[in-house]
Amino acid sequence: MPRAWKYGDNVDTDVIIPARYLVTGDPARLGLHCLENLDPEFLQGRQPGDLIVGGRNFGCGSSREHAPLAIKGAGVSAVIAESFARIFFRNAINIGLRVYESPAAAQGIRMGDEVEIDEGSAVIVNATRGERYEIVPLPPFVQEIVSAGGLMAKLRQELQRGGAAS
Amino acid sequence: MAMTLAEKMLADRSGLREVQPGQIVETPVDLVMGNDITAPIAIKEFEAAGATRVFDPERVALVMSHFVPAKDINSADQSRIMRQFAKAHQIKHYYPEGTGGIEHTLLPERGIVVPGDIVIGADSHTCTYGGLGAFATGVGSTDLAYAMATGRTWFKVPESMRFIYSGKRPPFVTGKDLILRTIKTIGDDGALYRAMEFTGEAIADLPMEDRLTMSNMTIEAGGRAAIVPTDDLTLRYEQGRAQRPWRLYAADPGARYVAEYEIDVSKLEPQVAFPSLPSLTRGISDVGDVLIDQVFIGSCTNGRLSDLRVAASILRGQKVHPDTRLIVIPATQDVYKAALREGLIEVFVEAGASVSTSTCGPCLGGHMGVLGKGERCLSTSNRNYVGRMGDREAEVFLANPAVAAATAVRGRITDPREMSQEEAV
Repeated sequence: MPRAWKYGDNVDTDVIIPARYLVTGDPARLGLHCLENLDPEFLQGRQPGDLIVGGRNFGCGSSREHAPLAIKGAGVSAVIAESFARIFFRNAINIGLRVYESPAAAQGIRMGDEVEIDEGSAVIVNATRGERYEIVPLPPFVQEIVSAGGLMAKLRQELQRGGAAS
Repeated sequence: MAMTLAEKMLADRSGLREVQPGQIVETPVDLVMGNDITAPIAIKEFEAAGATRVFDPERVALVMSHFVPAKDINSADQSRIMRQFAKAHQIKHYYPEGTGGIEHTLLPERGIVVPGDIVIGADSHTCTYGGLGAFATGVGSTDLAYAMATGRTWFKVPESMRFIYSGKRPPFVTGKDLILRTIKTIGDDGALYRAMEFTGEAIADLPMEDRLTMSNMTIEAGGRAAIVPTDDLTLRYEQGRAQRPWRLYAADPGARYVAEYEIDVSKLEPQVAFPSLPSLTRGISDVGDVLIDQVFIGSCTNGRLSDLRVAASILRGQKVHPDTRLIVIPATQDVYKAALREGLIEVFVEAGASVSTSTCGPCLGGHMGVLGKGERCLSTSNRNYVGRMGDREAEVFLANPAVAAATAVRGRITDPREMSQEEAV
């Protein structure tokens, strides 16, 4: 079962992926440096499917889309936080990184807990502690972008309909 | 319904009579912007989605700013994607190195962004243009790609906060000090998802360059956008500069703000943000003895002509402290040229500063002044996060250009008011 990597408030995009690595858009290459300024152990210990759990204002700072790309490239399946910085949240939705706002989960989950996300029931299940946390639902418009497969999938549909410049 | 500035602008441009916070609107954009870090990803997305032309080559700005002149082979290769795209799509506002500078200084300075514009830019400091009375916000590369193809984007209408600044600013208290103090007051996420309206007599009295500096750092409080109400000063700034007609908006009396703050600027002194958050700000009297290895004067926050003028006024006839190094980077080519004409560049070079062509460079730890382990930098830029300017054990302090210049001379964080009494000519 996926394990949680738990951090505090204001995890900024400079610690998620330092600017010196922004010379590529390749998630796999970016993922090699994900969180290295915050927690060098993360890169050594992460397993595919693990989750990152933050506190308030996760992803604050730069608009670099490389930040959610690096998290995805590191094999992380989802990010849970008490709150997200606006640009990071939007970027994550756009590139198909799963992000969940849940103050209860952000407070309840500890480093290394085994955690699963039950999308259907909109709850996060903490198997280690036997706790369940509600997810704050996405606005319907944003849910549509997610369901379409991201913003570029939406653009492709629009272009095929001949709506935009094509 | 009475509306705030952000609500009025979004309603008007989305073709709606009124909007409410939380509502999703789809809005045409007046300008979309990308830089050499964010645009290459957007261009790949744009092409992969099957788009073949931009919605309007005159409404796309592509500015080489972050890693130029190319800092290494990878960044040179990445920049080439943008150079080729700009040429192929005949992008009007394409500025390679040597012609433009840092986008957030360049676009207002050249009148490419004007009051009342709706702007998205793939850089978080796009909020800078709020100083002109534009609604401008940072997005990622995918949103940029979508808007380059369609000329549209979507917004969740933000709640608005109002800040009322009263009193007269004491000497060496600038827009930078007002915004650092504001971030200290509300916290690093104090304006999360919200628009910040800056009003009051101290704003009416604030030069445009300082209004842009204040708006620039709203993202450091999590803000979606800053908006300074347009006034005579805005219109004087735009005369002979604006490349397009502007639109003037005013907030309605009785508009609803989720929070209001009053700040008396007459009691402020220069502010210094301590590592590693902008909210960890203190008045300079409470700084204590902090030795500094490197001082950086530049960036989209404080690399404008007025910033270089005040720094030069302190550095004229002085030398940079032997244990400190000073880097000065004019934010744009036009700032550089004006600084040359005014003799400011000579002052910096004579003082022992490294002066470089316009680039974001050291602000984001890119190049031109990266910090080593345990080094301390006082910077006029906007972020002091862990590892922002180099090694994760380096420390960054944020302040205005007068504090920076005084600090460069003394080698420790220094109140410029001391310098003007003892050393300045």
